[in-house]
Amino acid sequence: MSGEAIVMLVVSVLVVWGGLITGIVVLRRHPDEPDDGVQRRGHLDEDTDVADQ
Amino acid sequence: MPHEREQWATRAGFILAAIGSAIGLGNIWRFPYVAYEHGGGAFLLPYLIALLTAGIPLLILEYTIGRRSRRSPPYAYRALARPAETIGWWQVAICFVIATYYAVIIAWAVRYTGFSFGQDWQPDPEAFLIQDFLQRADEPGMVSSYVAGVAWPLIAVWAVTLGVLALGIRRGIERANKIFIPLLALLFGILVVQALTLEGASLGLDAFFTPDWDAITRGSVWVAAYGQIFFSLSVGFGIMITYASYLGRRADLTGSAMVAGFANSSFEILAGIGVFAALGFMATAAGVGVGDVLGEGGIGLAFIAFPQIISSMPAAGSLFGVLFFGALVIAGVSSLISIVQVVISAVQDRTGWPRVPSVLVVGGAIALASILLFPTTEGLYILDAADHFVNQYGIAMAALVAVIVIAWVLRRLPTLRDHANETSAVRLDRWWLITLGLITPLVLGWMMVDSVREELAARYEGYPLGFLLIAGWGVAAGVLVVGVVLAALPSRRVERLTSVVESEGRR
Repeated sequence: MSGEAIVMLVVSVLVVWGGLITGIVVLRRHPDEPDDGVQRRGHLDEDTDVADQ
Repeated sequence: MPHEREQWATRAGFILAAIGSAIGLGNIWRFPYVAYEHGGGAFLLPYLIALLTAGIPLLILEYTIGRRSRRSPPYAYRALARPAETIGWWQVAICFVIATYYAVIIAWAVRYTGFSFGQDWQPDPEAFLIQDFLQRADEPGMVSSYVAGVAWPLIAVWAVTLGVLALGIRRGIERANKIFIPLLALLFGILVVQALTLEGASLGLDAFFTPDWDAITRGSVWVAAYGQIFFSLSVGFGIMITYASYLGRRADLTGSAMVAGFANSSFEILAGIGVFAALGFMATAAGVGVGDVLGEGGIGLAFIAFPQIISSMPAAGSLFGVLFFGALVIAGVSSLISIVQVVISAVQDRTGWPRVPSVLVVGGAIALASILLFPTTEGLYILDAADHFVNQYGIAMAALVAVIVIAWVLRRLPTLRDHANETSAVRLDRWWLITLGLITPLVLGWMMVDSVREELAARYEGYPLGFLLIAGWGVAAGVLVVGVVLAALPSRRVERLTSVVESEGRR
């Protein structure tokens, strides 16, 4: 491989994978807050009708 | 009776599903070809600029519209302004059409995963694909006879897709993507390592990454870069609006868009490395340049060039084939699920039907259309024409109309920015407004003019005009007409539903 091609390979990999890692780090530092006044429904079937609860 | 909206169990689940939707067949067979044709390494500069100035901003826009209303695209747009509902139904109709033919390509990949073991395509992969496998008719036209070898894997693809969708957001889509995405990364990782060990791999990488700096002074290269980012990220279909509508009200939007956008591009670069290393091997074996073995990308690259590469490998060719076509199947199914989900969520919002009947009726209708039209001797022609026209005058046109309406007619970008900033780690500023208000409409508008000019200069692929009027222009116009009609049909349930959404959306 030519020097130019190697530089472009390294730069493009660093930019996109660097961006990905940065995004993941930013998200991990800011966990989602729970919904205000909205019941977390992890234990319920997804299509449970609210009126039936 | 009102149903509480389903919700992703975890943020990672949502992001993996969004990545699964974005990473599709185009990442593997379109990106390497487009990059090589437009300056190799130099293309990566406009590509990365396009990602930052259009791709991620558009992802954030769609996430915000979806999360804000927590409804499917028609009602998410309606929450912005009642007439905008048409854009949403237009996108729903586009997804209906795309799903019908996208599934067929996955069915081919399923069969080719099996063919890899015995390398059944030998000695002539092109003749095998066109004559033996697809049994393509000599002339384009409407359906005349069926091809069983394509029909049965297509039925299987639909059974899996509808099965996942019937299980719902958490138990179906989220769980499936938690398996699909790591598996895809693993398969492609092994494939890239194997490709890099082939003789001539460095020649391929040289061709892929060596920059032609003159290229970035050409406008067409920038249009290609924005086009690649646009088509690769699944924006403009309503998919990201739909997926984001299942987020919690306090979910981060900008950080999730960054992760999904960069993950898609990371996979795309990895695919480019794997594909070009393999093409370098093939070019070295044949004693020709890499450009001579690349062909035109797309279906030819995957189903003709790759079988040739697999058959000429000194060892473990069959393993390479299984990895490659298996990766195509996984990337394809995770995207197909997201495309069909757009239609299902819109019908659920409109009718109030529970998920399973919606999947059976709506998904069943899409699957039926797919099975009736495409595993046929004319299927390849219909697929090619429908794909070209729906991409150019469906997805891209709907996205152009959407950004113009949101940015310039309704002037809602500042409201949406504030909504995203309320819950997001990375805050949006004026730059986001400029990318969506100026850069994106200008580039999409330019793409549209360019495309229409080409259409007027020559008939697409030289197909007969009558065939193009039905399978090409007819399909593109049809999805728009369906969108307008569905938006115009009154629904008492929707009036009730959107009065709540509109009042909530103003917050």
